[in-house]
Amino acid sequence: MVTVKLWGSLRGHAGGSEVVEVEACNFKELLDALVAKYPGLKPQIDRGVSLAVDGLVYRNSWFTEVKPDSEVVLMPYMKGG
Amino acid sequence: MNFQSKTKADFKVVGTRVARPDGVDKVTGRALYGADFSVPGMQVGLILRSPHAHAIINSIDASEALALPGVKAVVTSADWGIPDDADLRDVQDNCLARGKVLYDGHAVAAVAAKDMATAKAALKLIKVDYTPLPHVTDVDVAMKPDAPVVQEARADESVPEGSGPNVTHYCEFGHGDLEAGFAKADKIIERSFTTAATHQGYIEPHACLASYNTDGKADLWCCTQGQFMVRDLCAGIMGMEGSQLRVTASEIGGGFGGKTTVFIEPVALALSRKSGRPVKIVMSRVDVFRATGPTVSSSMDVRIGMTRDGRITAGEAKLRYQGGAFPCGTVDMGAQAAFAAYNMEAVRTQGWNALTNRPKEAAYRAPGAPMAIYAVESVVDELCQQLDLDPLDVRIKNAADAGTKSSYGPTFDQIGLLATLEAAKAHDHYDAPLGENQGRGLSCGFWFNFGGNTSVSMIINSDGTVGVTEGNPDIGGSRASISMMAAEELGIPYDKVRTVITDTNSIGHNDVTDGSRVTFAVGLATIKAARDAIRVMCERVAKIWGIDADAVIWEDGAAKPSGPNAGNFEPMTLAEIAAISSETGGPIAGHHEVNAEGAGVSFGVHLADVEVDPETGATQVLRYTVFQDAGKAVHPDYVEGQMQGGAAQGIGWALNEEYIYGEDGLLQNAGFLDYRIPVASDLPNIDTVILEIPNPGHPYGVRGVGETPIVPPLAALSNAVSRAVGVRLTELPMSPPRILKAIMAEG
Repeated sequence: MVTVKLWGSLRGHAGGSEVVEVEACNFKELLDALVAKYPGLKPQIDRGVSLAVDGLVYRNSWFTEVKPDSEVVLMPYMKGG
Repeated sequence: MNFQSKTKADFKVVGTRVARPDGVDKVTGRALYGADFSVPGMQVGLILRSPHAHAIINSIDASEALALPGVKAVVTSADWGIPDDADLRDVQDNCLARGKVLYDGHAVAAVAAKDMATAKAALKLIKVDYTPLPHVTDVDVAMKPDAPVVQEARADESVPEGSGPNVTHYCEFGHGDLEAGFAKADKIIERSFTTAATHQGYIEPHACLASYNTDGKADLWCCTQGQFMVRDLCAGIMGMEGSQLRVTASEIGGGFGGKTTVFIEPVALALSRKSGRPVKIVMSRVDVFRATGPTVSSSMDVRIGMTRDGRITAGEAKLRYQGGAFPCGTVDMGAQAAFAAYNMEAVRTQGWNALTNRPKEAAYRAPGAPMAIYAVESVVDELCQQLDLDPLDVRIKNAADAGTKSSYGPTFDQIGLLATLEAAKAHDHYDAPLGENQGRGLSCGFWFNFGGNTSVSMIINSDGTVGVTEGNPDIGGSRASISMMAAEELGIPYDKVRTVITDTNSIGHNDVTDGSRVTFAVGLATIKAARDAIRVMCERVAKIWGIDADAVIWEDGAAKPSGPNAGNFEPMTLAEIAAISSETGGPIAGHHEVNAEGAGVSFGVHLADVEVDPETGATQVLRYTVFQDAGKAVHPDYVEGQMQGGAAQGIGWALNEEYIYGEDGLLQNAGFLDYRIPVASDLPNIDTVILEIPNPGHPYGVRGVGETPIVPPLAALSNAVSRAVGVRLTELPMSPPRILKAIMAEG
């Protein structure tokens, strides 16, 4: 199981939890598992999210590995100028 | 051979100040910008824009315009379908209004004619029947329940029930027990702030030339930060397949985020398709101001608690951004960045986006971060003043560092904030004496940085020179830095490498030049492409020598036996290998395609000295120093240029720049005479201190540098002015009338 931290405004779609646990080995599996478990997260995930794994931020990298002891934080999709 | 283990402790090319490859073209006027492209039979395209802030379009009658001799076509939104994708639909509706005009300057129709005079005459003959509607341009007013509704039902699922009809997005970040944190504070300050919308201020207006052929294929030349983005958006709007639309990016006279979308390109394509002729559109400066993206404006509340010895115990920020007439998520970035510089046990940021009758926001360097960090850094500074603490010592005491749980969630790995703060403290600027009516301000700044989709191709020419082809417009010197990294990796002189930016049909997809990504991501792909070419060259040499490829290494621009056991062979240089490539297997090339990750965050610290004239409220910037962790500075001139340019733009944002709307909802200052950006005579020499803390996510330790420098100037200037006049300033820009008003209100 991977522990995922959600940002504040997503928590309402996950029963108010700051952290949730899902079964996943990579970014794609993690997103799929989150949507399956918490359908309310789907609109945001469809709009785009980033994933911080042990402090490094990834955008749309499905096969980024996540491990049970990784620090995994869901973040909005990073945009720049 | 294991290429991944190669380290670059001793650079030969990277880190030097080589001649820029675009310099001669630009100083001799040969560089081709967006408006410089011409083809036979080209028509002039002009766009009719809304004179109303908000109105229903009842009808558009172009019959008289079409009857004018020399007019080839008129297009409106009716010439396009309606995309299913909401984001694409918004881009399209911003290019040509559908049903309603949403802001002063919103495009309504466009004409293609034989020359400018005919096109202007035709625009006057297009009759648009409007029904004006109530409008709103202020974010706080727009968020009220009874505000004029800019667009119906645009809120996403994040917006809490009961929010005003213009609120489209809500976000919240943070951790810890906020009230427990405030209970530990000896001093709590809560302030409200506003910042104005500012334009990116690029010198080159948007320009494009579209040629849509009768076989359904099209070519588009344009000034953009991303030709692939232009291709994808235009193909979607025009209902074309991507492969049939080739987009070539011109040289670019600045973008700063403002050229990360399309405004005129799909219109020119539609005119070309309808007229059967090539069509060129060049925006006027007035149109650039009225109808291309400025940044968001903001209204913010910040509350921070601090102990009397300078420990921050809690902080919260409420950010209200307006991004014009279409939904945007820029507040997400501001809410994450606001407290990023601090190690905090209790922090919360909330953000709202609201629609207004203003142009659709476009990204501007570090989008969303400068205003949020301005508000936070202002309150931190005021706490330092009231607790009689050194503001730099307080930042050092509370600085985020490796292991800090960031205010937006992830735990930081190695970051350079403390190093930049300590460099600022050690610099003679920090202790230099100040005179009467003078003040010194400082601020931290932060940006996330990212990599993204990148494709690079490299050819080894038979004469021993090298060509690098990439797909990101060179907006900050990337052709130089990419050539330098290629030369470094291959072990050849810089002047043997030429890097070119190619079109959308000639290389794999590349994300937009934004987010401080290009030197990092394209550089990474270039190094990997070079390693690919080196692999091929080593294999060729191994065959010549009759040994295993693993027994050949690449050093100093030549293939060599890996050791005595590999055999006794004279090294073969790149030029020698290239010269016989035809005999050894054919052309030699390397390439690399990647969605690059590992960009690493960036921090900076700015120091500003100002003098404020108490009679006029005018501010003069006396001294300015930028400290920034740049990772490995590939070409220090360009890095310094990014730091200086960001500071200059931030100084303008702090002191003078603002979109001013009248009661009628019309923009009052659509030109550089009334919208005042800093000019050289307004600025001192901006001193720079580059800290090179290697980014572990890049083979050479490169880190993005372009976004962070615009973040600190807002607060650095505000803190300096506030200290100079003895009054806390809370509105940007700090124009002379605003400063005078603040001084007089204080008595």
